[in-house]
Amino acid sequence: MFAATGAVDDPVRLIRTAMAIVCFSGELLPFTGEERTETEASAFRDIVAELVQRYDRLDEEKLMGMAIAIDGVIVHTPLLEVIGPDSELHFLHRISGG
Amino acid sequence: MAKTHVTSTVNGEAVEFLCEPGDTLLDVLRNDLQLTGTKEGCGSGDCGACSVMLNDRLVCACLVLGVEAEGAKIGTIEGIGSNDRLHVLQEKFLEHAALQCGICTPGLIVAAKALLDENPNPTEEETRYWLAGNLCRCTGYDKIIRAVMDAAETMRESA
Amino acid sequence: MSEARDFKYIGQRTIRPDGADKVTGRANYAADFALPGMIWGKILRSPHAHAKVLSIDTSKAEAYPGVFAVATHADFPGGEGGSIEAGESAVNLKDLSRNILADDKVLYAGHAVAAVAAVSERVAEEALELIEVSYEVLPHVMEIEDAMQADAPVLHEDMFTKGLDEEPDKPSNVATRTELKMGDVEAGFAEADVIVEREFKVSRAHQGYIEPHACTVRYDEDGQSLIWCSTQGHFDVRALNSQLLGIELSRLKVIPAEIGGGFGGKTTVYLEPIALILSRKSGKPVKMVMDRDEVFMATGPTSAANLKAKVGAKKDGTITAMQGWMAYDAGAFAGSPMMPGVMTMFTPYDCPNVLVEGYDVVLNRSKTAAYRAPGAPQSEFAAEMVVNEVAEKLGMDPIDLRLQNAAKEGTQTIYGPKLKRVGLVECLEAAKNSPHYQSALAEGQGRGIAAGFWFNIGGSSSVTVNMHSDGTGSIIEGSPDIGGSRASMQMMVAEVLGIPLDRLKPIVADTDTLPYNGTTGGSRTTFATGMAVIEAAEKVVEQVKARAAALWNVTAEQVEYADGVVRNLAGEESISLAEVCKSAAQTGGEISGSANINARGAGPSFAVHLCDVEVDQETGKVDVTRYTAIQDAGKAIHPGYVEGQYQGGAVQGIGWALNEEYVYNDKGQVDNAGFLDYRVPLASDLPMIDTIVVEVPNAFHPYGVRGVGESGIIPPLGAVGWAVGNAIDRKVEELPCSPPRVLSMIQSG
Repeated sequence: MFAATGAVDDPVRLIRTAMAIVCFSGELLPFTGEERTETEASAFRDIVAELVQRYDRLDEEKLMGMAIAIDGVIVHTPLLEVIGPDSELHFLHRISGG
Repeated sequence: MAKTHVTSTVNGEAVEFLCEPGDTLLDVLRNDLQLTGTKEGCGSGDCGACSVMLNDRLVCACLVLGVEAEGAKIGTIEGIGSNDRLHVLQEKFLEHAALQCGICTPGLIVAAKALLDENPNPTEEETRYWLAGNLCRCTGYDKIIRAVMDAAETMRESA
Repeated sequence: MSEARDFKYIGQRTIRPDGADKVTGRANYAADFALPGMIWGKILRSPHAHAKVLSIDTSKAEAYPGVFAVATHADFPGGEGGSIEAGESAVNLKDLSRNILADDKVLYAGHAVAAVAAVSERVAEEALELIEVSYEVLPHVMEIEDAMQADAPVLHEDMFTKGLDEEPDKPSNVATRTELKMGDVEAGFAEADVIVEREFKVSRAHQGYIEPHACTVRYDEDGQSLIWCSTQGHFDVRALNSQLLGIELSRLKVIPAEIGGGFGGKTTVYLEPIALILSRKSGKPVKMVMDRDEVFMATGPTSAANLKAKVGAKKDGTITAMQGWMAYDAGAFAGSPMMPGVMTMFTPYDCPNVLVEGYDVVLNRSKTAAYRAPGAPQSEFAAEMVVNEVAEKLGMDPIDLRLQNAAKEGTQTIYGPKLKRVGLVECLEAAKNSPHYQSALAEGQGRGIAAGFWFNIGGSSSVTVNMHSDGTGSIIEGSPDIGGSRASMQMMVAEVLGIPLDRLKPIVADTDTLPYNGTTGGSRTTFATGMAVIEAAEKVVEQVKARAAALWNVTAEQVEYADGVVRNLAGEESISLAEVCKSAAQTGGEISGSANINARGAGPSFAVHLCDVEVDQETGKVDVTRYTAIQDAGKAIHPGYVEGQYQGGAVQGIGWALNEEYVYNDKGQVDNAGFLDYRVPLASDLPMIDTIVVEVPNAFHPYGVRGVGESGIIPPLGAVGWAVGNAIDRKVEELPCSPPRVLSMIQSG
């Protein structure tokens, strides 16, 4: 998960070596061209920014209008959420009810 | 158009009001007499939410003209039960969870009371057919029928 | 968090706290309100299914004695573009405002064109007849398959189908195409020993709430506005009106009246913006109540659908591939629930190869609105019918086939995440062991079974529990009570505080009183608002403990709270909740707890229904002779109201499967816009609806709650549809199975 680096008299630097996995539902496939990707970013809003950078056809408004499942638990756009390494983040259609 | 002056009895009390020829009894009860317990669901006699008693007969108030109330005896949901005690039917509806949104409940209770006044021991089928004129969209009728038949039994026992 | 435990109040059949008001007629629904000086609003509606609006002349209506104001689309402030968060999904504001009052086009017969406010409803209706609208009538298109043709009349010149590989260069009536898949269906079908493929049609069905839409509003000269309305979500009414009319949220006070049914149809707005405009222009409070025919003509039912389902399985019962296609009718504006239909279609099955394609199609019918598990009944109907046919071909019991392939914890869904712990297997086993399933069918009867899945949602709930000096408390929450939720809130707080129920009063408060609360819908209320009231009550307990600890000069860890009493673990003293509340002002201030949460971890609710029918071979009339609704509630807070949800959903589904549909004439007008001919089930149509409440707790709720409101409408379509086919030895491919259709199936041989 985390690897310590640095020489003996350097401060230990923790580097995140495991990535969070981002999965796109079929609804987003036309915009991303792929079903999954990985990200180093851990804060949700940083992940959104990274994805918008990575995929031309994807804009922030589209992503923020979707629901998110973090390791299977569905939430709505958790701006301040920290996504752990090895976590799976799914973007899916936001369900309303009746 | 000139309004007609009508005198009537509602829930045992003398009332008088002015209404236009085209006003229904339902309009009069709700708007002029402020008895809003009787509800309008369709205005065409198909849903029973406006069920009231007119001279001891169960009717849809939306199919009765306001002027027809002249000299008549009218009973609405407000006349069922008393200040300090719910009617057995009302108690059973609550015990059996026989209402969800409650919009059909006043009409159903008026109709169910009319049934039990005429037939104190109805079968399930008789109950269902008597109440076929009262639509409920929330409950599927199951708990309503159970409540009415339970009320009938309680009323027979205490009679 | 939710291991099996003994509850003191949870699980009892309490008397709902608003019950006396409802059985006496005292409870106030939206049409029951009046304000001093109030006038009445009525709406002029288009007789044409599709036409350009060339001009509207309201001058004669404005001059009519007793008329105070008229309104048209021009009265909406300009620049209402984009979409806003209203509840759980984005709403396209431009489409919404054009639906509320037509702009340059009318798109369905019944589309609102103008409105009048006058001294009485009768005067308003007379004035409507004086409004002169000049229409250029256009060809209309009413059926999904016709609307999808290249040469169909186009409703929106700016609609270019989204989701295609290449953006089209011509507008069409297809708003969106989408596709979800996993695995390889072709390989899956190649492995199958048995493949069944069928096409289906499902009708539009209206939510059928007995209470028509109604509101009473007042717009004051400084912009402060009051709205009393029938709604499932008054905070969303506030949000929508704020955006549509450019009024700040804090100036709009929305008071939810008691609501006479919604089922999803009252999560949007039709009347309130018009009433506000009329109130602003007239300077008077305005009341608007829809007539029943207006409800059927112009408020959203859910979509009709054309569907295809294909399922392949091996001889041993393993399902190897599942494929679906659907086109949903959105009515006049884009936004059918096609996407949830795609997502739910095969979710009850653990199959690695699934492909589902969906189309959102506009046509000249009223704009659709949410209806109980929106989109899922249609798609899951198709899936369940085909699964039943696969079982039949394999000679396998349909419950066993489902058990063998049932979705469970860890099953990969087509829409992304894996399922957490769910109760489908338990529901199927309960079905198999039920007295209903064990009973023999009589001669000429048919039996059907079907499963259903709905996500359920969480979202925002904001509540406060206020304690009074006599130890009683008020639960201030913001979820309109459509099915007994006040009772559940009362029980959950009583459970935390350990005091009798009748010492707690739940109140559904207005938008001025609480922060935002999501709509009562999506099966979220007992789950999310429940979670919030539990958290708020726990904060009350913490405060009470802290006050007692301070009184005794000990730390909070040295006191314990149970059953309404605080005990000093480091000594002998005890003090009741009531006593602490009595001296609250002297110990630091009044005691209350708030919780504003965005609830996550809503657990899906699976349902399995069994239906027996008898068919009259001469008339085609179908009688339901026995029905059992089985569903996972996680934890039933109030069993009576949980059963009520199962029964209500089942009967709406039975109505849809047997009789409910829209009948249009050749002008595109609704011919059956009333309860006589839009035939919902009556008490005399039905037997008792037996229920089995399965409880597989949802670990994300303190008491294990799963929402239950919606899943129950999904299985009836397949259970009834299959039962009818079983009774007449045919394959049902179209709903509703109304007598003419059933007769035609019987006679087709």
